[in-house]
Amino acid sequence: MSASTASPDQTPDDGVVVPRRGGTTWRRLKRNRLSVAGLIVLAIVVLLALLAPVLPLIDPAATNPANRLQPIGSEGHLLGTDHLGRDLLSRLIWGGRTSLSVGVFATLIAASIGSLIGLIAGFFGGATDNSLMRGIDVLMAFPYLLLAIALVAVLGPGLVNAMIAISIVNIPFFARAVRGTTVSLVASEYVDAARALAFSRLRILFREVLPNVMPTIIITMSTTVGWMITETAGLSFLGLGAQPPTSDWGAMLGAGREFITRAPHVMIVPGSAIFLVVISLNFLGDGLRDALDPRLK
Amino acid sequence: MRAYVVRRVLQVIPVTFGVTLLVFAMMLLIPGDPARAILGSYATPENVATLERQLALDRPPHIQYVTWLGNVVTGDFGRSYSLNRPVLDEILERFSATLLLAGTALLITVVLGLTAGIIAAVKQHRWQDRAFTVGALVGLSIPSFWLAMIFIVVFALGLGWFPTSGMRPAFGPSGPLTVLHHLVLPATALALVAAGVIARLTRSSMLEVLRQDYVRTATSKGITRQSVIMRHAFRNAVVNVVPVIGVQVGFLLGGAVYVETVFGWPGIGRMLVTAIGTRDILLVQGGVLLVAITYVLINLAADLVQAALDPRIRLG
Repeated sequence: MSASTASPDQTPDDGVVVPRRGGTTWRRLKRNRLSVAGLIVLAIVVLLALLAPVLPLIDPAATNPANRLQPIGSEGHLLGTDHLGRDLLSRLIWGGRTSLSVGVFATLIAASIGSLIGLIAGFFGGATDNSLMRGIDVLMAFPYLLLAIALVAVLGPGLVNAMIAISIVNIPFFARAVRGTTVSLVASEYVDAARALAFSRLRILFREVLPNVMPTIIITMSTTVGWMITETAGLSFLGLGAQPPTSDWGAMLGAGREFITRAPHVMIVPGSAIFLVVISLNFLGDGLRDALDPRLK
Repeated sequence: MRAYVVRRVLQVIPVTFGVTLLVFAMMLLIPGDPARAILGSYATPENVATLERQLALDRPPHIQYVTWLGNVVTGDFGRSYSLNRPVLDEILERFSATLLLAGTALLITVVLGLTAGIIAAVKQHRWQDRAFTVGALVGLSIPSFWLAMIFIVVFALGLGWFPTSGMRPAFGPSGPLTVLHHLVLPATALALVAAGVIARLTRSSMLEVLRQDYVRTATSKGITRQSVIMRHAFRNAVVNVVPVIGVQVGFLLGGAVYVETVFGWPGIGRMLVTAIGTRDILLVQGGVLLVAITYVLINLAADLVQAALDPRIRLG
C-alpha cells in the first residue's frame, strides 16, 4: 500500500523531482484508454455544470403544466419535461452542479478529517493510535448507509446535513488507509534521518510524512468520490437530502419515480447522469491507482 | 483455533459497547426536549412526565445510558408513539422481511461474484476477462435505487414477468414460488453492486494465486485444469474474499433501504425512512441498533470462517 519507494525524491527542498514524478503518473494514466475516456466524460460534465449560468438554458424552475411529461426529443425540450412541465435538460445541468459539488465537498471533508486521524494514529502509535482506531472501528461497525441515515435522523433532513452524514460515514476509509501507509513510512530511513536532524515532530509529520501519504489519499479519494455522489443522491432520492426548491439528481430521480409508468424518461435521465459520472470516476480511479502505485495492479 | 476464536470474540465487546453508546447518543443530540421529540404530537404533560421517568431523562447522561442499556438488554426498546405498538415487535417483524431480501441478495452476490471473478482470472486477457471486468465495473457503478426502477420498467411493466412491488412472507400461506416471484427483482437489484465488488476482488485474488509455484507444480503433476483451479487455486483465493463478503453484507443491509422503498418491501429500511419523517426517534434507534449488532456478528462470523480456512490467520 505504501509509496515509500518514491520517498528519496520527496524531500521538500527538492523541487525538481516532484514534477517529474507527476509526469510519470500522467504518462502511465494516458496509456489506459478507459481512464482517458472517463476523464473526458468527467471534463465535459464538469464544464457543463460550471457553465450552467451562461448556457442558453430554459429556467430550470419554470413550470408549464400544459406541457408536462413531454418525451425525449420533443420540440424545445431535448430531454423532454417533468411532471410540472419543467425542462429536463436544464434541470439535469443545474442539478448536476448541486450533485457534483456536494459529492466533491463531502470527499474533501472526509479526506481531511480521515487522513488527519490516520496520520496522527500512525505517527504517534501507542495509546493515541489505539483509541483513535477503536473509534473508527465503531463507525465501521455500522452498515455504511444505515449510519448516514441515522445521522440524518439526528441532524434533520436537508442537503447540507446529508453531505455531512456522507462525509462522516466515509472518514474510516481514509483513516485506515492513511494510517497503514503512515506506519510503514514512520519506520523508514528518511524519517529516522529527519529525527536525527532534530526536526520537530509536527514538521516531520506534515512536511516529511504527509507528502508521501498523498498517493494513498488520492487513491482513496478516487475510489470513494463516486460512492459519495451516489449516496448523497440516494439520500435526496429518499427525501432526506435536497429539499425543494433545491434539486439534485437524486431528488429528480425521486420525483420521477411517481411517473415511472407513464413517463419513465423522467427518472431515466437523471439516473443515467449519475451512472455515467460514477462509472467514469471508477475508470479514472482504476487508472490512477495503477499509475500511482503500480505494485497494486 | 480456540485462542483465535476467544481473541476475536473479545474484540466484539468494545465495538458493541461503542455501537450502543453511539445509538444512545442519537437521542441526546436531537435538538430540543427528548421526551417531547419522542412523543411528538402525543406530548401531553402526563405523557411527558411518565416518559421522562421511564428513560431517566431528569438524571445525568451516564445514568440515562445505563437505564437505556438495561431496558434494551431486557428487550424493552420503548414504545413507538406513531404506530402505537412496542418498538421491538415492529422492528422484529420488519427485520425478518429485510433478512429475506438481503439474504437472497447475498446468495446472488456470492454465486455471481465468485463465478465471474474465477472465469475472468482463468481467462485473463481474453474476451471473457474483459466482459466480466467491465461488467463488474458497470455493476458497482449503477446506483441500486435507479437499477431497481429500471428493473420495474423493463421486467415488470414492459415484459410483465414479475410484480412491480410487494412481498410475500417466506413462511406464509402463499407457496415458495410466489415468494420467489416477488423476490427476484428486488434481490437482484440489491445484489449487483456487491457482486461487482466481489468479482473484482476474486479476480485479483485468483490471479495472484494462479502465479504461485505450487499451482505450477500441481499442473505439472498432471492434475486436470479444473481440479487445479477449483481445489488448489480457488481454495486459497477465497480466503481473502470471505471477510469482504462480510463487509458487503453491510452494503446489502444499507442498500436495502433504497430497494425496499422502490419495491414497497415492508422491511426495516423503509421503516427507518418513514420513522425519520414522523420523527419517531425510538423506532429509528431500535432499528439502527438491531441492524448494527447483526452486522457486527456477521463480520465476526466471516472472520471466524476465514480463520477456519486459513491456518496462517488463526496461528499468526
